[in-house]
Amino acid sequence: MLYDITLEITHDYASPANSGRHALRLMPATIPQEQSLLAGRISLLPEPSERQERKDFFGNAVTDIAYRKSHSELCFKLTARVERTATPEAFDISPSLKSLARELAGIRSLRPEEPVHFLAASPRLPLDPAFAVYGREHVTADTSAVSAVETIGKALHQDMRFDAEATTVDTPALEAFERRHGVCQDFSHIMIACLRSIGIPAGYVSGFLRTTPPEGRPRLEGADAMHAWVRAWCGIEIGWIEYDPTNAVRVGQDHIVVARGRDYGDAAPVKGVLRTAGGQKTDHKVDVVPR
Amino acid sequence: MSLDETVISGDPGRGLLKSYRPYPGVSDELLDPAGRVRPVWRPFIDHLSTQTPEEIGERFARGNQYLNDAGVYFRHYGQDGTHEREWPLSHIPVIISEDDWQAITDGLVQRAGLLEQLVADLYGPNDLVRDGYLPASLIARSPEWQRPLVGVTPKSGHFLHFLAFEIGRGPDGTWWVLSDRAQAPSGAGFALENRVATGRVFNEYFARANVHRLAGFFRRFRDHLVELRGETDSRVSILTPGPMNDTYFEHAYIARYLGFMLLEGEDLTVENGQLMVRTVAGLKPVSVLWRRLDAAWADPLELEESSRIGTPGLVQAVREGSVTMVNALGSGILETRALLAFLPRISKRLLGEPLRLPNVATWWCGDPTPRDYVKKHAERMMFSPALSTSLPFSSAQTDFIGRDFERFHKGILETWIDSKASDLVGQEAVTLSTTPAYHDGGLVPRPMSLRVFLARTENGWEVMAGGFARIGRTEDASALAMQEGGSTADVWIVGDRKPPRDSLLHQNELPYFKSQAGTLPARAADNLFWLGRYVERAEGAVRLLRAYHARLQETADPEAPLVTMTAAYLEEIGVAPDAPVPESLCDILQSAVTSASKVRDRFSVDGWLALNDLAQAANSARLTQRHNGDVPRAMGLLLRKITGFSGLVHENMYRFIGWRFLSLGRALERAHGMADLLSVFTSPEAPEGALELLLEVGDSAMSMRRRYAVSVSQATVLDLLAMDTKNPRAVLYQLTEMKDHIALLPGATESGHLSNLARSILQIHTSLAIATPDTLTPDMLAELRDQIAGLSVELTDAYIR
Repeated sequence: MLYDITLEITHDYASPANSGRHALRLMPATIPQEQSLLAGRISLLPEPSERQERKDFFGNAVTDIAYRKSHSELCFKLTARVERTATPEAFDISPSLKSLARELAGIRSLRPEEPVHFLAASPRLPLDPAFAVYGREHVTADTSAVSAVETIGKALHQDMRFDAEATTVDTPALEAFERRHGVCQDFSHIMIACLRSIGIPAGYVSGFLRTTPPEGRPRLEGADAMHAWVRAWCGIEIGWIEYDPTNAVRVGQDHIVVARGRDYGDAAPVKGVLRTAGGQKTDHKVDVVPR
Repeated sequence: MSLDETVISGDPGRGLLKSYRPYPGVSDELLDPAGRVRPVWRPFIDHLSTQTPEEIGERFARGNQYLNDAGVYFRHYGQDGTHEREWPLSHIPVIISEDDWQAITDGLVQRAGLLEQLVADLYGPNDLVRDGYLPASLIARSPEWQRPLVGVTPKSGHFLHFLAFEIGRGPDGTWWVLSDRAQAPSGAGFALENRVATGRVFNEYFARANVHRLAGFFRRFRDHLVELRGETDSRVSILTPGPMNDTYFEHAYIARYLGFMLLEGEDLTVENGQLMVRTVAGLKPVSVLWRRLDAAWADPLELEESSRIGTPGLVQAVREGSVTMVNALGSGILETRALLAFLPRISKRLLGEPLRLPNVATWWCGDPTPRDYVKKHAERMMFSPALSTSLPFSSAQTDFIGRDFERFHKGILETWIDSKASDLVGQEAVTLSTTPAYHDGGLVPRPMSLRVFLARTENGWEVMAGGFARIGRTEDASALAMQEGGSTADVWIVGDRKPPRDSLLHQNELPYFKSQAGTLPARAADNLFWLGRYVERAEGAVRLLRAYHARLQETADPEAPLVTMTAAYLEEIGVAPDAPVPESLCDILQSAVTSASKVRDRFSVDGWLALNDLAQAANSARLTQRHNGDVPRAMGLLLRKITGFSGLVHENMYRFIGWRFLSLGRALERAHGMADLLSVFTSPEAPEGALELLLEVGDSAMSMRRRYAVSVSQATVLDLLAMDTKNPRAVLYQLTEMKDHIALLPGATESGHLSNLARSILQIHTSLAIATPDTLTPDMLAELRDQIAGLSVELTDAYIR
């Protein structure tokens, strides 16, 4: 599937920011066999004093920018063309959770793609026992890894209410979980915490959803902004699979990957530190059109 | 022969050692296993036993006085908030022979080399994980393994430049490493202070004892840091988390001692990959940063995002190789407790030899075999979190001995171990050696551990010949008991011969190192400026409060026009006389203390003590003054303390650029306050007595009588308090001061042109200088006041922003 993607993020500052430094993770990734970025461009207004491209630890493309002049508005605009080819595995040949632990113990590498990075609590995601309790209600040590991921994803989708107003980007996952509501970030964080708590390495993916669904299918939740979902490691044979708990679907051709990490903190589309006094207003516009 | 007999019959210091009884199964620094005083202690004990308890008491008091005068304190975080407490010096030094020290030195230099290789592998090829020497999951779980630094090679080629090791002596007399400190080791500055204090306690003895000196170590490390700058015209700085940190005193002390700038995260910025410090003369490059800040907090953009004490972009500057971090960001991983389990094998692999100094036997419960061993010996194991980076005896919440656990939760220890597994380590419960502490006229054995410091110098790793000893409060010699707090002691390495004399300032220093002029960090300038303003503001308020209460007493009528007018004015300027000593006055002084606390490295100890004394005096006056009648006297007392402080600062402070900002703050506040006061009290509607009140508040009644034969009039008051160039209370006098200071600030004239600030002060000064008293209407004075306030904004924009 071929997509044309545009994203526009504008920040309005109540009082002008003297200076600022931001790290942007907006550019869709190229992932062998899954997705390739055919063309992409990030334009910035006003023009930053510094701009530099790099890859972070997890291999995400980062645009580092810095402003030294006072500015009261900031606009990041992405245009990209992406070919998406990923399709979920049809057969579940993943090991049971019991065997998964053995496979994990044998890993002797700290390469970014290794599941060892995704098993423990991460900076934005402490592992409260509540997540383990929830996870264990739905699976046993004999459940296969893939089926555990799907079961917990479906269960969360059922138990949680999508509510765009209920949480903010900084609401702790536990709080959203206790109230059983939130947006894609909360759904994903909660699912990751549940999976890690039962021994499945799980990470966070940020990206896009196609804006208008194929005919006859419902419009997916989260298409009007950047989206987030979950990846989980299901053994050496299968490796990583991706699941979208907000929509209770395995990730396929409707999702476009931008960045991956342990939690939102690793994959945040815009991270920034400003020297400004007042608050700010942020506005997102996303368009993901199949060609 | 019993222990008692040996000690008493063979020892001249019998009074001293009367109750000195080492504990069974514990080795002792002072006595050998046969109960004889070890040769290295003998001369010291002989010396001490010639002293009466009174003499000893006087000596100790001398040491305490030094610490007190030097302002050494210990910041303690308790449940009831933060407070500073007296520095707990145990006056008896720990004495160690050169032979013992040589073994420690060999072992620790080997260990430092090993840690360097280990950290380079953890942020580089990861061979140790690949070959099974370290479990991948252990490293991946550690919050100290900083992913943004993976693959980044330090500019200098080395990750580590300054290390500390906590060591203790076991029952068999050998030394053990208890903990590796690699993140931002503290204590070296405190060791220096302990040395100075202990040197004063035993002054004549110390001068002839063969004690190795400390200064050379610091000098060579300073040279190394300066060397690390390379060919560039850049700075070496010390990065501190700020005054709220428990070891801030040490940061300021070392910065002063070595002549480096002390910076906080917000002083720094990154421009095109180069780390820069904001100074009053603009951005200046910093190429070496000795950080006393944990890595996680150093850069909110790439590390802990909630940090408000970091520098956004610092990691990028490191990646670009523009700055050498001491130690490299990410070195904190080396403090991970579980690593102790793997270091013995790693040593053989990386160095081809065993550890010369063993570390505490440690088992990581994430592997089944060691876990089983830990379960089997759980009784005598110390348990703690595998990823803990704190000292083994620092937290009673997380660290405990197996047998204590059993007592409370019989039988479930094994299940608990299984449930924690990779989050847990078991460690041999260490018994420390004991060393003498002075108690009730004699010496008693107390457990101790040593912190030893290593620095990279041009000769490789060098060990500071001395250290920082922690002395346990009770007799309990288990390492765990140290968490109860205790005291610290100096460490003397003593030889048979006099070691070479060495001080920081001696020898022909290669490139003579002088801190560059004009490199006052903008934040320091800001704090000095506001310190000047707050102290002057307090003085103004005190003078006015005194005058108000004097009027109130005279008239005994709170409704008298002048009394109500003064009360309203006080309220207007934020010090409403709602209590004999208003809380708002104490707040102003507290703000002054806060500003001063942020520039302690640039501020004399006497000045600091005087300021604190002043703030405390105001506070206690607030609490004790119940009656308005006593207020004039209380205000008089505060006024004398304020003057004392100002005198100390202005008479003794070196005329560096920071002093100018302090003086500017004072002059601006005084000019502003007086212009405001005149604009109100010279108004035609002002009640009778307003002019006399002005003279009193302006401390100018006497000058008035001397200068003017005529009686007090509006014109004479304005002449004296606004226009006079010889009266330090006059607006024009203070504007002249400001003009002179501003002319000497960096960039005051750019290629022959005045800076905006210099032009503004000149305009304001001139317009007042050419005015005449009869043209100075209240409106004009109010305008003058606003212009002066505008100068503060301009000054901030030009130098401090």
